[in-house]
Amino acid sequence: MGIISRGFQGRRRDAGDRLPPGQYLVDDFPVLSAGPTPRVPLDRWEFAVDTEAGQTHRWSWAEFLALPQETPTVDIHCVTKWTKLDTTWQGVSLDVLLEDVETAADYALIYSYGGYTTNLPLEDLLDGQAWIAHRFDGEELEPRHGGPARLIVPHLYFWKSAKWVRGIRLLNEDYPGFWETAGYNNYGDPWREQRYEGD
Amino acid sequence: MTAEHLDGNALAGPLGEIFAVDVTSATGRCAHCGLTGPVASLLVYGPDPGLVGRCPGCEEVVLRVVRGPGAAWLDLRGTVSLRVNLPD
Ligand SMILES: [Zn+2]
Repeated sequence: MGIISRGFQGRRRDAGDRLPPGQYLVDDFPVLSAGPTPRVPLDRWEFAVDTEAGQTHRWSWAEFLALPQETPTVDIHCVTKWTKLDTTWQGVSLDVLLEDVETAADYALIYSYGGYTTNLPLEDLLDGQAWIAHRFDGEELEPRHGGPARLIVPHLYFWKSAKWVRGIRLLNEDYPGFWETAGYNNYGDPWREQRYEGD
Repeated sequence: MTAEHLDGNALAGPLGEIFAVDVTSATGRCAHCGLTGPVASLLVYGPDPGLVGRCPGCEEVVLRVVRGPGAAWLDLRGTVSLRVNLPD
């Protein structure tokens, strides 16, 4: 198993080394939203992966919870400049969800309940870099933080970690998402400070 | 959850940087449901990462404004038209 609480691997770097350029540390967990908080009943929740060949793989809430679980501890970086260290999550690795999905796609478009979308290269979802999380800090994930389940892809700015995630569309061509079509960077690497278009 | 969003007048400052007229008093038509009303009646979410104005009828996105360093981005895809009253 590759991913075991990366925050606890080896010697902890000091907080300064973990702060990307232009960021400051917070202890609270600010809520940013682009719309009303969707309320998704668990008996109607589903997560889907749609391939570029038109195949769809679906998981109900019970099927999703039955998948192997991981508990990553990660630092998260919001484009509005706050960084929160050592956040603890529970969820399913995208490596597990995409294991039996046949695809040659290079891009992924994440879509959410409520209509939010965000795009990233498919390879950024693989190799222990991303999870669909349903618990935060030992508790069920609250709706205002994206519950029942949200994407966690901590190596990119946090707008890529879509709340209320509903599925992933695998695509041969890149398709910019909600903030990526309104001035924000298409990739969003906090260590290269890719906040806006052209950064 | 009525306190989740801001008043439509929150758009006045950022839009005032872009337009010479006060756009919050302009009449817009929602591209999704056709509802017509002043921009100030939109349900506004934000201000960060950007202002999102949603239709009070159908909650779809009517306009978005992102203010970055040295630039602003305005997305009006959700707006059919804006009627701005002007002197003859
Ligand atoms: Zn509408």
